[in-house]
Amino acid sequence: MSIQIQNITKRFNGFQALSNVDITVPSGELVALLGPSGSGKTTLLRIIAGLDFADQGSILFNGEEATHRSAKERQVGFVFQHYALFRHMNVFDNVAFGLQVKPRRARPSKAEIRDKVHELLQLVQLEQLARRYPAQLSGGQRQRVALARALAVEPQVLLLDEPFGALDAKVRQELRRWLRKLHDEIHVTSVFVTHDQEEALEVADRIVVMNEGRVEQTGTPEEVYDKPANPFVFNFLGNVNLFHGRVHEGAARIADIGIDLPRQGEADGTAVVAYVRPYDIEINRTRQGADEIEASVLHIQGAGSVARFKLERLDTREIIEAELTRERYRELGLRTGEKVFVKPRNVRVFTADYQI
Amino acid sequence: MHLPGGPTRNTKKNPAELNLTEPAPVRWFLTAIALAFLALFLFVPLAAVFVQALEKGTEAYLAAIAEPDAFAAVRLTLIAAAVSVPLNLVFGVAASWAIAKFDFPGKSLLITLIDIPFSVSPVISGLIFVLLFGLQGWFGEWLSANSIKIVFAVPGIILATVFVTFPFVARELIPLMQSQGRDEEEAALVLGAGGLKSFLRVTLPNIKWGVLYGVILCNARAMGEFGAVSVVSGHIRGATNTIPLHVEILYNEYNFTAAFAVASLLALLALVTLAVKSLAEWKVRQQISAE
Repeated sequence: MSIQIQNITKRFNGFQALSNVDITVPSGELVALLGPSGSGKTTLLRIIAGLDFADQGSILFNGEEATHRSAKERQVGFVFQHYALFRHMNVFDNVAFGLQVKPRRARPSKAEIRDKVHELLQLVQLEQLARRYPAQLSGGQRQRVALARALAVEPQVLLLDEPFGALDAKVRQELRRWLRKLHDEIHVTSVFVTHDQEEALEVADRIVVMNEGRVEQTGTPEEVYDKPANPFVFNFLGNVNLFHGRVHEGAARIADIGIDLPRQGEADGTAVVAYVRPYDIEINRTRQGADEIEASVLHIQGAGSVARFKLERLDTREIIEAELTRERYRELGLRTGEKVFVKPRNVRVFTADYQI
Repeated sequence: MHLPGGPTRNTKKNPAELNLTEPAPVRWFLTAIALAFLALFLFVPLAAVFVQALEKGTEAYLAAIAEPDAFAAVRLTLIAAAVSVPLNLVFGVAASWAIAKFDFPGKSLLITLIDIPFSVSPVISGLIFVLLFGLQGWFGEWLSANSIKIVFAVPGIILATVFVTFPFVARELIPLMQSQGRDEEEAALVLGAGGLKSFLRVTLPNIKWGVLYGVILCNARAMGEFGAVSVVSGHIRGATNTIPLHVEILYNEYNFTAAFAVASLLALLALVTLAVKSLAEWKVRQQISAE
């Protein structure tokens, strides 16, 4: 089932939580709402679920108006951030709840419910814990019970609020791979909220980057990562170096480097900021050309899949972070304190009027 | 799936921890003070009630309780409790449900209103009903014209009891329900349970021990209330006396054995209340620590 979010606006006591949000979630996709806390992503998720209602705008399920349907009628699966398991029920009863509260004529028989619950517990690999209570489970197990409970009613849409937020790093990583695999198996349209860009990049088919109640960019993980629409998205998705400069004769001047502007007609002297990812910083011992910046090596972290450098620009004393492959690192054989020449590649320039 | 276990606990004692314990004499001394205080102000009076009640033997004790006026007082007390406890149970659960799970204008006003019987002296509470329903009161004329008696009659006693015991269940449940949050109700809602189903299957089971605790406190107060009931009762023997009022009358008549015999009923009730209350408290604590 596809979800269309049209022009949704929501205020809480004078706080603008969402303003004119438009998103389309195609049927069967796994979409991440990514943004810092306070960006309105959870509010949006609750509005899709019918737990909150928008001041303006509409929600369409499969093209059908659903804005005023209650949460009960929407038939969505919702996994809460802190799981919200029924603490007085064991795992089996938690998962069975959605089936047991169905109106009598729609309710499956006891045997059917039992089979369904066991099937789901098998899916989330918790069959042997059916008689346990939520308090007796680990965080990862609770999360999977919450997921099984949400799936029991065979929802058309699965919504997950920070599904891995409360778990430790290792469990989180396993669980998100598992979620991706699960989604590939059952193909239910899913939306999950996260503030973790790595999580969104790894799991989602499509990412909606949100900030201050607005959508900053929508796209596949590759699109938002490789072609960020604005400085916010650039900054939010991964580490980035900032170079401040000014427009000079129609091009951006960063130190001694000239870079073409994304749009023409900027007046001379306009402040610009260039964004460069750490792995797009090239380091050389000797000057290769005119468009390089002189810097000295402050710190090297050589362990890991890449070597991380902390450099200090000799002209402005600003810090530059760089990542080199291990081969390049060994080839250069740099030590701290040495003078190097830095050449940024794949530079994205934004004029400074865009506030981040 | 591999799930890491919890951190291993270090069982070796930290020497710095040992310093937190006071030396033995200090501990004994402090414990002794606490026990002596409890003995003097709780156990001795409690024992005295039973000693005085049984002073003239079991027969006199039983006779004092079986006496018609005493019997009527017990009956009236039970009636007052039987009406006020269920009423306040329903009200308390409804009010705390509304306060803890929903947002509505006037919510803090409602919380303040629930507290009024706690902050007003019981005698004043009684007087309010006399002012409202007494012969000279606002509705007095209308009531007497329609020959309805409230003050100096059973309805007045029930009203006063309901008023005084009004906050007990709600006060017990509001913090409990607030700490439990709305997540589970929201989960039930998304899973297709309506308001009533969600209340019966999710909210109520989560608060049952808190409800019991509130009911026990409410009941104890309903049976033991003196001030408010005293004002509206009129002390008509065999008709509008509750147990506490009857005890006072007997005592004022220097009929100590009978007074203490009837009082021992309330003392017994207190002991039962205490036992059930500690059970309920223990269960509530278990529930909270299970989160």
